[in-house]
Amino acid sequence: MSSTASADPSRRPVVRLEGVTKSFANGTLALDRLTLEVRPGEFLSLLGPSGCGKSTALRIIAGLGQPTAGRVDWPATPHDAGGAPERSIGFVFQEPTLMPWATVFNNVWLPLRLKGRSKASVRDAVMEALERVGLTAFADAYPRELSGGMKMRVSLARALVTRPKLLLMDEPFAALDEITRFKLNNDILQLQAELGWTVVFVTHSVFESVYLSSRIVVMAARPGRVFEEIEVPVPRPRDEAFRTSPDYVALCRQASDALTRAMQAAGREVA
Amino acid sequence: MALPETVAPASDRAARAPAEPGPWRDRLLRVLVPLAILVLVVLVWDWYVRAYAIRPFILPGPFLVAETLVKDWGTLSGALFVTIRITFTALFLALVGGTLLAILLVQSKIVELALFPYAVVLQVTPIVAIAPLILIYVPDTQAAVLLCAFIVTFFPILSNTTQGLKSVDHNLLNLFELYGASRWQTLLLLKIPAAQPYFFAGLKIGGGLALIAAVVAEFAAGSAGAGSGLAFRILESQYRLNIPRLFAGLILLSATGVVIFWMTSLASHLALRRWHESALTRET
Ligand SMILES: Nc1ncnc2c1ncn2[C@@H]1O[C@H](COP(=O)(O)OP(=O)(O)OP(=O)(O)O)[C@@H](O)[C@H]1O
Ligand SMILES: [Mg+2]
Repeated sequence: MSSTASADPSRRPVVRLEGVTKSFANGTLALDRLTLEVRPGEFLSLLGPSGCGKSTALRIIAGLGQPTAGRVDWPATPHDAGGAPERSIGFVFQEPTLMPWATVFNNVWLPLRLKGRSKASVRDAVMEALERVGLTAFADAYPRELSGGMKMRVSLARALVTRPKLLLMDEPFAALDEITRFKLNNDILQLQAELGWTVVFVTHSVFESVYLSSRIVVMAARPGRVFEEIEVPVPRPRDEAFRTSPDYVALCRQASDALTRAMQAAGREVA
Repeated sequence: MALPETVAPASDRAARAPAEPGPWRDRLLRVLVPLAILVLVVLVWDWYVRAYAIRPFILPGPFLVAETLVKDWGTLSGALFVTIRITFTALFLALVGGTLLAILLVQSKIVELALFPYAVVLQVTPIVAIAPLILIYVPDTQAAVLLCAFIVTFFPILSNTTQGLKSVDHNLLNLFELYGASRWQTLLLLKIPAAQPYFFAGLKIGGGLALIAAVVAEFAAGSAGAGSGLAFRILESQYRLNIPRLFAGLILLSATGVVIFWMTSLASHLALRRWHESALTRET
């Protein structure tokens, strides 16, 4: 598999974590020799109990914090003169993380602004991003004027305005109610189909991970590691019908069992 | 929280409520109520002074004070001008100095370690105690008074702004790092806007303190025999038992304080009204 993958550049993994270990100054071993490949075009969910290092893994992929040991490779990404990969990443945090003093437009403009692009030159790009999340009418509103779900959409628009190849999401909808969450799940799937994203999605909801993913990586805690992988071979686009299908139920049970075993495994090691 | 957050479609914007109803009544009340209290106090004061035939050098009536204010306006306005000039110059210098130093402090841990303790020492030492020294070292009285006012005003602005520059949402800092923001961009687009509420809180405190410090320093200087600000005129009136003029001076001082408070509050409101919780009237 790996030999054919490297032969065809378009099939190379987007990012590969090899034996990534992360320990914090307080002695917590957040990740222990984590090995993980993100394949192009896939929707990968990291599913695991609280504290198993999902966020840590995602942050390391994003380049926020260095691994203590191990390597992060970007086989399909050109590297600059200094040898650093020219990654194209969008990151959506658990909270909307908007600048409260800036309008919706200016919040979405931010990633481009930091690259030195003027407001006039990116107006179309920003408005297009807002249109994709259905918020064009709110371009001049301030974050405080928006509902929780709308703020999350702005956050999404900000992540997609740079047209990233890889989108990293850290429990983006955990704080939202179920209706909004389902709606945004569908939006994400649709956007992924339209824009050809590769997505790494952190969640601790079994149902969400099965609904969205093409592959689920179940992680165990203490120390954080890959426990099991589950393929979700259900074609896309998926819709509400999938949520009630027997396939869905079966996959949810499989993922849920894996999660339970992962939590028991962690418990044994602590004991 | 039990109700679903509606993800409003774009067309919902038009349905948002117009400006809150009846702001005028609210605003009128805000002016009328304190005004009524003022009139009441003046009337009681006047009645008391007349009814008990209090002599003017014990407690002058409100109308005598007003009369003195008009009659002595030449002397008093000159003194008022001096005090205002010192207060605002001190405030301005403290604003510029405090903000710049705060920015410097958060740029480098070393600079902060080196300087911040001394800023604290300067702050906690009572200014009345340093004033005599400053008056000796700085030959020009006005400059000495200005220096005292500056020292007192400087600290709240420095410490508030420093605090603000440091209280940036951690996720936003990560976001800036992720998108490769330079130090300069992070300062300009993230830290400075985030520090605004703290800065304005410091400004409000500093504005009040600048006036107080200017008066205290002038008291100290006045006993040294020089000065022409309002504080000096008040002292002088006391020596001469010219109590109506003392009252007139006091009234001018509090009026100045009120104007400063009003100006700093307005500046804060104008800067924060669009986004910060402190400046919002929440519609629920
Ligand atoms: N900055 C830090 N300093 C010290 N320890 C940390 C730090 N960040 C995370 N940890 C520890 O690392 C472990 C993994 O944390 P992480 O945030 O990656 O978990 P998670 O899987 O995202 O959990 P959750 O689902 O609750 O968000 C935890 O035990 C946590 O206490
Ligand atoms: Mg997390």
